[in-house]
Parts: sequence; structure tokens; C-alpha cells
Amino acid sequence: MQERSDRRLRVLLAKLGMDTHTVGVTIIGHALREAGMEVIFTGLKQTPEMVAAAAIQEDVDVVGISTLSAGHMRNLPKLARLLREQGAGDKLLLAGGVIPQEDQSFLTEAGVHKIFTMGADTRDIVRYLQDWWAERQASEAA
Amino acid sequence: MTDAIADGLLKGTIAAGARAIRWLDDRDPRGAAVIRHIFPATGRAQIVGITGPPGAGKSTLADMLVTELRRRELRVGVIAIDPSSPFTGGAILGDRVRMGRHTLDPGVFIRSLGTRGQAGGLSRSTHDACLVLDAMGYDIVIVETVGVGQDEIDVVNLAHTTIIVGVPGLGDEVQAVKAGLLEAGEIFVINKADRDGYEAAWRQYELMLHLREVSLGAAAGSWPVPLLRAIATAAEGGVEIVDAILAHGAALRKEGTFARRSGLRDREQTLALLRDHLARRALSPAGEAVLAEVEARRIDPYSAVERLLAELDGKALTT
Repeated sequence: MQERSDRRLRVLLAKLGMDTHTVGVTIIGHALREAGMEVIFTGLKQTPEMVAAAAIQEDVDVVGISTLSAGHMRNLPKLARLLREQGAGDKLLLAGGVIPQEDQSFLTEAGVHKIFTMGADTRDIVRYLQDWWAERQASEAA
Repeated sequence: MTDAIADGLLKGTIAAGARAIRWLDDRDPRGAAVIRHIFPATGRAQIVGITGPPGAGKSTLADMLVTELRRRELRVGVIAIDPSSPFTGGAILGDRVRMGRHTLDPGVFIRSLGTRGQAGGLSRSTHDACLVLDAMGYDIVIVETVGVGQDEIDVVNLAHTTIIVGVPGLGDEVQAVKAGLLEAGEIFVINKADRDGYEAAWRQYELMLHLREVSLGAAAGSWPVPLLRAIATAAEGGVEIVDAILAHGAALRKEGTFARRSGLRDREQTLALLRDHLARRALSPAGEAVLAEVEARRIDPYSAVERLLAELDGKALTT
């Protein structure tokens, strides 16, 4: 039987801790939707444990964390570790927002795959995800 | 790989169940293999639909019901559906936002799905996702539809128990009568009962349910459809609604129609899959050419279908 797959990129977008600045993450969400992706919002005041659990229940490909009021040096490495520990280390972990240059290499080493800072163009984020997705699918097909 | 996922979900492993639903939602052939494997283990869970117009508070109500069901030590799966864009196929799935407090409860599994082009208030994969959650051992599976209008009530065919959620001040009686919504459903809830217009809405629904009872007569069955009130944001009404859900499930089991409803659902799903597969087979490989003829208005749609069916008849039955 000829089967057709309708794979669609699924992205979880979340904010950790007491950070309640939602404008950026909402805009990104809409840009990803316009690009044909399924975007799952979790709401505010999430802990790394909650984001990891939601990412697994939703079986997303990408977890995007918006961070605009610090806490990223503690929260993001913890989230990366939880995802790895729960067998979800293959999910792409992105961070965006106010992340000083001097923090970035630490975060990348801790397992954050890509960081977008203030002023990043949403089109660049969309393109980055589309390229990553194309590559992921090609490597799975190989 | 598919066996590992199927065995994992039968043991209740969250990641395995989540992956199975992904395959089914993506129409990955591995999904069908999982269903074959787990089907004998399904048929136990009570599927509870929640439907109603946009903004009726369905997600908040679902959140409240999960809390109450957990208080009674029942395990709960939730499938929350939001619309996909008909233009890009993308979707914002935001129902989890109202249910965040259950994320870390191991007795609760919440999954968001986009409609992905399916009309009727559900996604094409919803039935299969229910089977997965059923096989994982959840006692109750809540299916929250997209906000519906006047006749997107596919959930009625899917669920053992359908809850219709209304709110005060949405429209006059004519709106309510038009809605096929009011002819279906086993439990009615007026949410936001602290709002203006609540008494008027209550009277309208009461009248509607009375008329339904009169017109359906014996065909309505023995279940007395309850009309309940809720203020989901204030956690009011959950106890009564869960009482009604469990009472309806017990009534179905007692009269022997619980399994029959599941069977009817599987029948519908079989027909849907058949339509899907036949259409795809009829269209491959020459279908695009025929469709192009129709688009160019060289042949009419009826003749096009006849031609495609004639070709289908000629195709080998084993593909």
C-alpha cells in the first residue's frame, strides 16, 4: 500500500520562572505558524521539569525557551540535562531573548543548541528551523 | 522499533505513547503497525468529549474536570484540539496553557493536536490517539474539540459521553435551535454562570432539552440528560459534572451499550480509512492528469470520477 507521511515540525515554546514578558515569544509563535509549523504554548511560570514533561508528552522536535529576565544560567542547563536524562536529548533546544554574550558559550556547552539574542529577525529563526528540519529528515531517510 | 513503542505504551510509558500518537498524526505507516499491536488492549477507557463554541471555557473546564477525576484517583488522558491554518497548515496549540498544573502529574497525559485540514471539530488522528491513551491504561480520555459552530459535532460519534458547554449571552433561541449541538450530547453545562444572562440561558437550555425529550420520545433512551452549571475559573461545578460523567459511563455499561459505542466508533474509523485509501489509490498515478482536466474545465467532476473509478477497477487488488 502506498502510504503518505504528513510530517509537520512541532515546536514547544515556553517561558521559565517568573519571567512574564510574552510579546517576543508570541510573535515568534505566530511566525512559526505562518511557516507551517505546529506551535505548542505551555503558559507562564514553567519550571524546567514542567517543560521537559510537556515536550515529551507532545513529542515535539524543538523546544524554544524565551528568557528576558535572567535565570537562564540556571534554568537552561537544567532543562537540557532533564531532556537528556529522560531520553529526549534529540530534541533541538533553542533559547532566545536577553542572553549576554559572555554567557553563551557556557550555555552551548551545557546543551543549548542555538541562541538568538535581542533583535534577531524572525525570518532568520524560521529559516534556521527549516534548514535543521530538512537536515533531520534527510539524515533519517538515509 | 514499532514493537518497542507498542510494548512501551502498553506498559504506560509516556514517551512511547507520545511517539505513537505522533506517527498516527503524521500518517507515518509505523502508526498503523502500532494500532494493530495494541487494539486488543483497547475498549476499556471512557471517552468523554467536551465541545462548545469558541470562548465557552472548554479548556478551563477540562482542567477542572481533570482535577476532580484525579481526586477520585482516576487516571486521565486529555486530547486537546485546536485549528490548523487552512493556508499554511501551521497551528497555535494553546490548550495546555489552562492545564499547566497537571503537567507533572504522572496520572495525567495531555496532548495537543491541530485539525490538519479535517472539518468537524477533530483531527483525523483523534480516534487513533484515543486508542493509544486507552491502551496506556487511562481510565478516562477527555477530548476537547476546537470551538465549534453549528454542526461540527463529530465528537459525538467518537465519545461515549459528550459534554456540551454553553455560556450566557451568546445568542437568541434561534441560534440555539439551529445548533445541531443541542440535539446531541449527554451532559449540558452552562459555564461562566456568574455572568449576566445566566438565568435566560438556563431557561433556554431547559426548554430545548424538554423539546428534545418530547420529540425523541423513547428514542432518547433512558439517560436523563442533566443540565448543570459551572464557573470553571472558580473551580465550581466540577463535582457534579464528574458525577454525571461517571454515572453515564456506568449506565452505558449496565445497559450493555458501552462496547457498542466503541464498536460504532471503530466502524466509522474503518469507513474513513477506506475512503482515504481508496481516494489515494484511485488518484495514483494518473489522478493528477484527470484533476488537471477538471481544473481546465475540459471535463466535468462526475465524468472525472467515473474515469478514475474505471481505472481503479482495472487495478490489481493487491497493492
